[in-house]
Amino acid sequence: MIEAKGLTKHYGPKHAVEQLSFTVRPGFVTGFLGPNGSGKSTTMRMIMGLDAPTSGDVTVKGKHFKDLQWPLREVGALLEAKAIHPGRSARAHLKMIAQTNDISMARVDELLEVVGLTSVANKRAGKFSLGMGQRLGIAAALLGDPEILLFDEPVNGLDPDGIRWVRNLLKGLAREGRTVFVSSHLMSEMALTADEVVIIGKGKLISQITIDELLSQSTENFVRVRSPEAAKLKLALESEGAVVALEDDGSLSVRGANEVAIGELAATIPVVLHELAPQSASLEEAFMELTEDSIEFHGTTSTGPTNSTGAKS
Amino acid sequence: MSSVTTTDAATPRAVPSSHYSFFDLVKSEWTKIRTVRSTMWTIGVTILLGVGIGALVTAVTRAHWASLAPGNHIGFDPTQTSLIGLFIAQFSVGVLGVMIISAEYSTGTIRATFSAAPKRSKVFAAKVFVFGLLAFAVAEFTSFVAFFLGQFLLSSPATHATLSSPGALRAVFGGGLYVCVLGLIALAMGTIIRHTAGAVSAFVGVLLILPIVVQALPNQISLDVRRFLPDRIGANMITTKGALFQAFSPWVGLMILCLYALGLLIIGNSMLESRDA
Repeated sequence: MIEAKGLTKHYGPKHAVEQLSFTVRPGFVTGFLGPNGSGKSTTMRMIMGLDAPTSGDVTVKGKHFKDLQWPLREVGALLEAKAIHPGRSARAHLKMIAQTNDISMARVDELLEVVGLTSVANKRAGKFSLGMGQRLGIAAALLGDPEILLFDEPVNGLDPDGIRWVRNLLKGLAREGRTVFVSSHLMSEMALTADEVVIIGKGKLISQITIDELLSQSTENFVRVRSPEAAKLKLALESEGAVVALEDDGSLSVRGANEVAIGELAATIPVVLHELAPQSASLEEAFMELTEDSIEFHGTTSTGPTNSTGAKS
Repeated sequence: MSSVTTTDAATPRAVPSSHYSFFDLVKSEWTKIRTVRSTMWTIGVTILLGVGIGALVTAVTRAHWASLAPGNHIGFDPTQTSLIGLFIAQFSVGVLGVMIISAEYSTGTIRATFSAAPKRSKVFAAKVFVFGLLAFAVAEFTSFVAFFLGQFLLSSPATHATLSSPGALRAVFGGGLYVCVLGLIALAMGTIIRHTAGAVSAFVGVLLILPIVVQALPNQISLDVRRFLPDRIGANMITTKGALFQAFSPWVGLMILCLYALGLLIIGNSMLESRDA
């Protein structure tokens, strides 16, 4: 269990995290979602006692991280990949971490095997790829067989195979009853891994919600209807209180009435229907909708000059 | 997928109610020091320069002994001459001291360290202990080898010393202690400044630039202040023929140097505790 209450972190005038409260429960994978720069890493560092909150509080198993008796055996964390001395081997890196909590070398070797780094265990970590760095970081997090696990963007730099491995690992850890808290800026990744998400934007909590709830709440859920008598149907639907938009392709997008109600209404008018298709938003869209006001760094899809005069020959 | 559940290997050896110990942290710090190449390089350079410079100077002195003016013969301090390399070796020990902590910041391993052992003062104490012992061993080894090699190279007809010569043992052992305490000062500076280049510059500045600044002060003030400077304390420690003008006695000087180290370590520790990692 991880509990944040009014967690706040200011760096000078910048409000990195603002009045953040959430609970991460055991037995589930809880995603920590937000655009880049929204305060996810800062929050994770505060959970781990690395950064001190400006105000508010965060506890793990009801205690401050600093008061844990065997921190590695209680909380494991992957905070940044490649936080490794480039001249030190993978095995020596894990050894120096393991020794602080009196964890044996047998456990170190076992984890090197689990993350698939046994063959490069004695190679200098400076030569590792980002993906290998992630695997080493995951091994470090698992060293003490902890009840609570934090992963900051664990799939960054992994190949598809590695991504699937991490996904299964996280789910497996949660199934064993552990508390798993994993950050990502990719909703699509969380959709496949997490049971629940804590969504933040600009350091503030936007929502703590299960994946299922998130989908059903989205206003992007609508019913697409095609009819040769679209105008007539539109009027009828609107008189029933639905919000209807006529799309460019001649179809109607209906919000506020489900496919059953629309079908029955059409039969009573009567109008012919050519299509009656409920559309559910993708999680990506649901997420974008929630966070659109809180993205700090906007990009545009255009890569050409914004003013095209003279740009074309 | 392989299992990651509990195995015997992950079970605490100690009773559940206990806490990660200072000894656990000492083992970890020793692993850290031992498993990076820069440690071996800096130790190698320390011994090479510390012994080599002394050997060079003593060999040249011996070769030109007959042609030296008689005054040079009388004032010649064979112990001091053989230990002159310590003033070069102090810089590589300083670099090692800085890097023990600054490399943790530059690579980000400091966060892995504090995630495993969040009681920062305890970690810092283990670091100081492990580095202090290593620096002591390396500095004393360098000092004694430089002395014996230097005296061997001087031999007859040049004046040479043995450990039982007046002040010789104090100079050799104290010279090693001087370098060791400077290493701890460098470690403290690395903790306060957190950047390798910045901390090394500060360390070099104290040893090389501060004396020049003090020299520029009016004479009376300069003489009063100079005896407090680390390089002066070191020079006085390895001198066996006539104390330097306006200096503390060697051991009082070393006590003052230890107070500098202690003060800086206390500041470093409190900054380590209060700043975000």
